[in-house]
Amino acid sequence: MCEAGTPNQFAQKLDNFIDGLTHKKENLIAVLHHAQEIYGYLPDNVQWHIAQKLDIPSATVYGVVSFYSFFTMIPRGEHVVNVCTGTACFVRGAEKLKEELESQLKIKAGETTPDNLFTLETLRCVGACGLAPVMIVDGKVHGRMQKPQDINEVLAKYRSEG
Amino acid sequence: MKLKSIDALNELQAQSLKLLETRRIMDSAGSEKTQGPVRHVMVCGGPGCHSSGSPGIAQRLEEELNRLELSEQIKVFQPGCFGFCEKGPMIQIFPDNVTYCEVSSEDVTTIVEEHFLQGKIVEHLLFMDPETKERFAQSIPFYNGQLRIALRNVGYIAPENILEYIAADGYQALSKVLFSMKPFEVIDVLKQSGLRGRGGAGFPTGSKWEFTRKSPADQRYIICNADEGDPGAFMDRSVLEGDPHSVLEAMLIAGAAIGASEGYIYVRAEYPAAIHRLKIAIEQAREYGLLGKGILGSDFSFEIELKYGAGAFVCGEETALIHSIEGARGEPSVKPPFPAQKGLWGKPTCVNNVETLANIPPIILKGAEWFSNIGTEKSKGTKVFALAGKVNNVGLVEVPMGTTLRQIIFDIGGGIKQHKTFKAAQTGGPSGGCIPTKYLDSPIDYESLAAIGSMMGSGGLIVLDEDDCMVNIAKYFLEFTMDESCGRCTACRVGTKRLHEILEKITDGKGTLEDLDNMERLCHIIKDTALCGLGQSAPNPILSTLKYFREEYIAHVVDKTCPAGVCKSLLKYEITDKCVGCSLCVKKCPMHCITGTTKKRHVIDQERCLKCGACMEQCRVVGAIICH
Repeated sequence: MCEAGTPNQFAQKLDNFIDGLTHKKENLIAVLHHAQEIYGYLPDNVQWHIAQKLDIPSATVYGVVSFYSFFTMIPRGEHVVNVCTGTACFVRGAEKLKEELESQLKIKAGETTPDNLFTLETLRCVGACGLAPVMIVDGKVHGRMQKPQDINEVLAKYRSEG
Repeated sequence: MKLKSIDALNELQAQSLKLLETRRIMDSAGSEKTQGPVRHVMVCGGPGCHSSGSPGIAQRLEEELNRLELSEQIKVFQPGCFGFCEKGPMIQIFPDNVTYCEVSSEDVTTIVEEHFLQGKIVEHLLFMDPETKERFAQSIPFYNGQLRIALRNVGYIAPENILEYIAADGYQALSKVLFSMKPFEVIDVLKQSGLRGRGGAGFPTGSKWEFTRKSPADQRYIICNADEGDPGAFMDRSVLEGDPHSVLEAMLIAGAAIGASEGYIYVRAEYPAAIHRLKIAIEQAREYGLLGKGILGSDFSFEIELKYGAGAFVCGEETALIHSIEGARGEPSVKPPFPAQKGLWGKPTCVNNVETLANIPPIILKGAEWFSNIGTEKSKGTKVFALAGKVNNVGLVEVPMGTTLRQIIFDIGGGIKQHKTFKAAQTGGPSGGCIPTKYLDSPIDYESLAAIGSMMGSGGLIVLDEDDCMVNIAKYFLEFTMDESCGRCTACRVGTKRLHEILEKITDGKGTLEDLDNMERLCHIIKDTALCGLGQSAPNPILSTLKYFREEYIAHVVDKTCPAGVCKSLLKYEITDKCVGCSLCVKKCPMHCITGTTKKRHVIDQERCLKCGACMEQCRVVGAIICH
């Protein structure tokens, strides 16, 4: 879920992005999006670094990071499995799908498998309501996930990819 | 190529018309022209079809056509959403005007061989009416009764080609505004048209523009609210993906009318495809001189910047959205001052929703009277609904205001899945309510929905059937608002939490009649005291279900049963004397709490039963395991 490269290259990339901005403080959210793309998550030291670069209190950075659900402070697994919990999926069995995934992956929503392969999360509506209930793996939507074996097949595909 | 005058735009439109010629033949009421020199194959690229593999189908089609050296005569396009998501992936062929449903990439060869080479229609891919078994090549019942204004170009033009938008009268409204209208005239047209905000509250758009224009300032801003956070709604996404230029054009018009030179589109980071299309559209508009300095040779300059949301439902509220654009936590602030007076960076700001904006170019071109003739007395024009849930035809529907729920759900939506009974329609998402059967025939507009305790909201329309527990639905929405409460005001932060706790108590079978009264009282307190519109409307799902489905709440708290059989704690699985003692259930029970000897009736240990239903799923004897 993060780009390849050394810590130095990461920091350089982020700095280049920040240096290229005309308005710095106002673009805090854009900077955080960019940082999360690079690092995969937003650990303390990255938040601290951003605060210094933008010349704002680190509490402000933390305040924004913790406010928005898109930002995460814990590293995710290689594949992020999301269960859509939008209303259309909810009435067509999203809860069952989530429970099935929890039992197949042996983790709870919000957790990562010990082998660091899968992180299970929930999100609200991806607009594929016609295919409800849906699960999304690394941005790809898998629809009509009602049977345990179908779910298993999807996971197996990502397992074999590593 | 920068367009420097109105003539240059008109000339470009004249040149571009040929792009849509093949597709326009459809407009002349189903002419039987099947052998045009060029054919266009439109593969739906809407969110639903995209997810079920339409890009692969488009690619296979192109490969196959290349192989047969037909790619000159038959061109493949991936436009935005066709709307009929249930039957996706869909493809439409012009000028033949034939629509194929549920196409898989294996069907590509059949379509190429039979349709293109042999000139016959592939019957089994046509839409089939589930009742009459009749097949339709065109005029599919789903589209009857619909009127596309906001979605006029969605699914029709290629969204990544500005020339197709220009060919479809794109940027003509802008040129009219710049060269033959005064700003106040534009505002007057909008006011007379009766257009109201499509994001939820339904505030008159013209008045909003007027307030912003009248606020004295050296700089004003236009914001497009594309933070579609309503779970189960995907209208705005479809407009952004299928017709991004209509949003840009409307923002330019707003800029000219209000006196703003900068605009922002605040779009959800969860919509990468929409962001991609917007970026392309902005770049192309700049290239053609439709954004930037001296647009179309006038003295009007306008710039648009994209801003990404980061997953906060509350940012759909305009003051919260403005704070988010400023790079801060997206918490709402008290109104007044309204954004029209003091908004982004403290300057007058006009925030309009995507669908609202998409309506504006046609209103400018066709006039206020044309628009105000559509709809009801106080709600003009059309509304796009994301029809989903237990309905046969899930999809994107645009209907004139005043259409009844029955028309939407039964005529367009094709009725309830598996012939079950309609129970309620949920509109307005977490801010709305559930509408029971008795209001199926009331015309939908802002006022009528508010009168029956729901609201228009952004246009999510979820159909519920007999298997849905209304207490559970209310709990679902409260869980949502509790999660998404920004925490700024106590009424919403603590209030939604307490409401959710009471609902949990009820669905766990521990509720009392007193809880119902307390809950109702708390709902009204939150409504009266919450800071922003989202908090004030958070109790609506409870209030509307309490009003129309009180007997279900009573069943939960007094009889300790869940009539729909949803709330697990209130279920009881039992093995009847029909049991043949096959022991299948014993093997499947995760708790090992079923006992019994072979060929004799088994028993479930109620104390340990998880109520997972695995035994019932496995049982092969009808009625041997019952759930009540």
